[in-house]
Amino acid sequence: MTPATLEQALDHGLSADEWKSILRILNRAPNFTELGIFSVMWSEHCSYKSSRVHLRTLPTKAPWVIQGPGENAGVIDIGDGQAVIFKMESHNHPSFIEPYQGAATGVGGIMRDVFTMGARPIAMLNALRFGEPHHPKTQHLVSGVVAGIGGYGNCMGVPTVAGEVNFHRAYNGNILVNAMCVGLARTDKIFLSAAKGAGNPVVYVGSKTGRDGIHGATMASAEFDDASEEKRPTVQVGDPFTEKLLLEACLELMATDAIIGIQDMGAAGLTSSSCEMADKGGSGIELDLDRVPCRETGMTAYEMMLSESQERMLMVLKPGREAEAEKIFRKWELDFAIIGVTTDTRRLVLTYKGSVVADLPVSALADDAPLYERPWQEPKRAAPLGPVPAPKDIGEALVTLIGSPDLCSRRWIYEQYDTTIMGNTVQRPGGDAAVVRIEGTTKGLALKTDVTPRYVEADPYMGAMQAVAETWRNITAVGATPLAITDNLNFGNPQRPEVMGQFVLAVRGIGDACRALDFPVVSGNVSLYNETNGQAILPTPAIGGVGLIADVSRQATLAFKAAGETILVLGETKGHLGQSLYLRELLDREEGPPPPVDLKVERRNGEFVRSLIAAGRATAVHDISDGGLLIAVAEMAMASGIGAELRLPANATPHAFLFGEDQARYIVTVRSAEADAIMAAAARESVPVLRLGMTGGSAISVANKQTPLSRLRDAYEGWLPKLMSAA
Amino acid sequence: MKAAVVVFPGSNREHDVAAALERASGQAPKLVWHGEASLDDDYDLIVLPGGFSYGDYLRCGAMAAHSPITREIIHKANNGTPVLGICNGFQILTETGLLPGALMRNASLKFASRYVRMRVEAANTMFTSRYKPGQELVVPVAHGDGNYFADDATLDELEGEGRVAFRYVANDNPNGASRDIAGIFNAKRNVLGLMPHPENATDPLLGSTDGKPLFDSLVSALS
Repeated sequence: MTPATLEQALDHGLSADEWKSILRILNRAPNFTELGIFSVMWSEHCSYKSSRVHLRTLPTKAPWVIQGPGENAGVIDIGDGQAVIFKMESHNHPSFIEPYQGAATGVGGIMRDVFTMGARPIAMLNALRFGEPHHPKTQHLVSGVVAGIGGYGNCMGVPTVAGEVNFHRAYNGNILVNAMCVGLARTDKIFLSAAKGAGNPVVYVGSKTGRDGIHGATMASAEFDDASEEKRPTVQVGDPFTEKLLLEACLELMATDAIIGIQDMGAAGLTSSSCEMADKGGSGIELDLDRVPCRETGMTAYEMMLSESQERMLMVLKPGREAEAEKIFRKWELDFAIIGVTTDTRRLVLTYKGSVVADLPVSALADDAPLYERPWQEPKRAAPLGPVPAPKDIGEALVTLIGSPDLCSRRWIYEQYDTTIMGNTVQRPGGDAAVVRIEGTTKGLALKTDVTPRYVEADPYMGAMQAVAETWRNITAVGATPLAITDNLNFGNPQRPEVMGQFVLAVRGIGDACRALDFPVVSGNVSLYNETNGQAILPTPAIGGVGLIADVSRQATLAFKAAGETILVLGETKGHLGQSLYLRELLDREEGPPPPVDLKVERRNGEFVRSLIAAGRATAVHDISDGGLLIAVAEMAMASGIGAELRLPANATPHAFLFGEDQARYIVTVRSAEADAIMAAAARESVPVLRLGMTGGSAISVANKQTPLSRLRDAYEGWLPKLMSAA
Repeated sequence: MKAAVVVFPGSNREHDVAAALERASGQAPKLVWHGEASLDDDYDLIVLPGGFSYGDYLRCGAMAAHSPITREIIHKANNGTPVLGICNGFQILTETGLLPGALMRNASLKFASRYVRMRVEAANTMFTSRYKPGQELVVPVAHGDGNYFADDATLDELEGEGRVAFRYVANDNPNGASRDIAGIFNAKRNVLGLMPHPENATDPLLGSTDGKPLFDSLVSALS
């Protein structure tokens, strides 16, 4: 085997220092195959070398957490012997290069992470960020990403139930595609990835290995430049049909007790799955690459180990159970091959055509991967907000905002996703959080992803806290108790101290918010190097939350239920306009600090709202977030066809009161006869409460100005279809 | 009522329709894997569920239409066994020739997942007896290829013989189907194919229960 060189290492994205570490660990130069293995295992994407130090500070425990970060996905206990397994993961770089396949394989990859642990996926969510609406690539990227997510998820037969979308010029060269999968398992049937024991068969199942996706993990660990489109061959191609078969076959085998460990082949394919399984099991693995099912002839060991062909799994079985397992995979018409054996050597040994082509210590590839404490600096604080003029007309401002890119209806998107399949989707896209019933019970899960990147850009610590708080609030607003989150941390180049500063402070903000809200982090993913030609994205720590409702018939929805009900605002309105959409969409200013988050207040207000819902006293509930109070009222009105008549408090500045984005607030409607009692109850709990007005009519009426719902609906429903049909 | 739900590789709404059948009849249908040698003779109803059989990488339903078990289904259908094909099942039925016409790509070229309104056009069959003629239903659709097409002579014949089962309400046609057709019968009216999903409209918690009478009709005709 010819030794590899420093130049080859640099070409593989390793640094000169990392090359020196490899020479020291091996006491020799690696060969080309070994270099390839090091390069993917030590890539940012697989090793988390810039982020691990900080991620360790996150709270990951609670009595209901069964499995925190470190496995394929996080696991929480929802009672009755049932566990929810979930995770969110990015597929940003591939989706920019090839939107359909990039997004599709992102969905496929996160589903495998969940069913590899023994869960049947029951819901999908996605958090998407695109560039400016009229950027020449945006229409193509939106249409490809949405079709790809739908194409894969619809074929898998898993409903896509919630999501979020933003548009901002900071994503012109780097879109974000974050997909979250939620699955259901038995608490006594959870599968981990450790390849324990020596002499156990290592089995490859699923699709054949091809030359697609080689170096995907390395690509995802580098910045883009103008030549990035040439990287299209590194994007994998998805086959949801095969994944559907793989899902059913895996679940069928998992009903037996034949499996010791199982891991999907995601980024860095066979390399990372075998290394991670051996590392976690404290074992070694020997693979005979002649037995790997290949799609093409003449593949080299290097290509087989680095391929990111989709829909593949690696399993370690109990000895003697191979035939039973093979029968199941043959029934589902999938490849099944015993390609190796576990050992007690703690080494990864690969043989091909009769000779050893790689022989590496497992620990060097996994646990001993480089770990960096990157230098970081406090980002510049946003300057205080100057005076903000009032609009000429409140009603016109409302119409402009409701038809703006970040607030308009997402119908064009979610109508391409199957939302009704599996027959348990109680709340479909369009509400605060999706609600999915647990089949055969009265329980329901509330699911939502959230982050407001412009807040995080202006103040990473506060903005990240806000993301957690808003997720928590959305889950609360449907009546559920928030249980745990997964996070998907999308940032620019961590080698720039100002970007690293955003990351460090955002992780602190997430940690503090999760601790204060008893909302632990059980899984997550970090995506760095989201920048092109030195221009980074807005820092985007997307939070995916899961909550539980004991009786799903007691959920709350945001649509007004009847005319003549009293509209209350719970939580204090100070009129915070810094970083608001009012400021950006009407005045073209992105200025000021984001709204402050007070987690004690957040929790107090949320718990009060949840108690109203549980008691059946809240007829409609909506959290107040982007766009402020009047936007929330308009959404509740449009969802029902029932208007509202609002009264401003005497001392309020109308535009700040109506469009400010203060946190910890909800709009709640109640039967008017109960309003006084509920207001008194709020006061007893020290929850600020305000009587805002009454439901009724077919317009939003405020400050002597009537805006017909039909006009609002045209603006709200019109924007996205118009963008997407532009020639 | 003894029902079989045939599962092809890539079927994915078999549990949804099985749940709806069980809710209506109190009896769980048998999920029959396509590779099983033969279908028992005593099934009162055969259901082809929604999904993406064989990935729908060829025309939707084209591969499943040539599966060995499908030959048997064709034989039984021709001998009078009731067959219900929903979504991908409807596509398979047109590919076998049990139902005329074809399901093309949606006119929008996009997957369409939403609730639509459709009208009961024929309430005098074993599938629809619990509906009133002309009754308007709200049911979900979820498909990329539901654009029903047949030549004018065939469409005239279907309409003339009262074989249009369901029609989308004007302006609520999600896929561009000819003459707003959502579902059709064969000449003997023992085979129904439709694109919308009545099985996902049988539970009050999820919104509409307008699909339930279809399953109730089958139970009362076949039990």
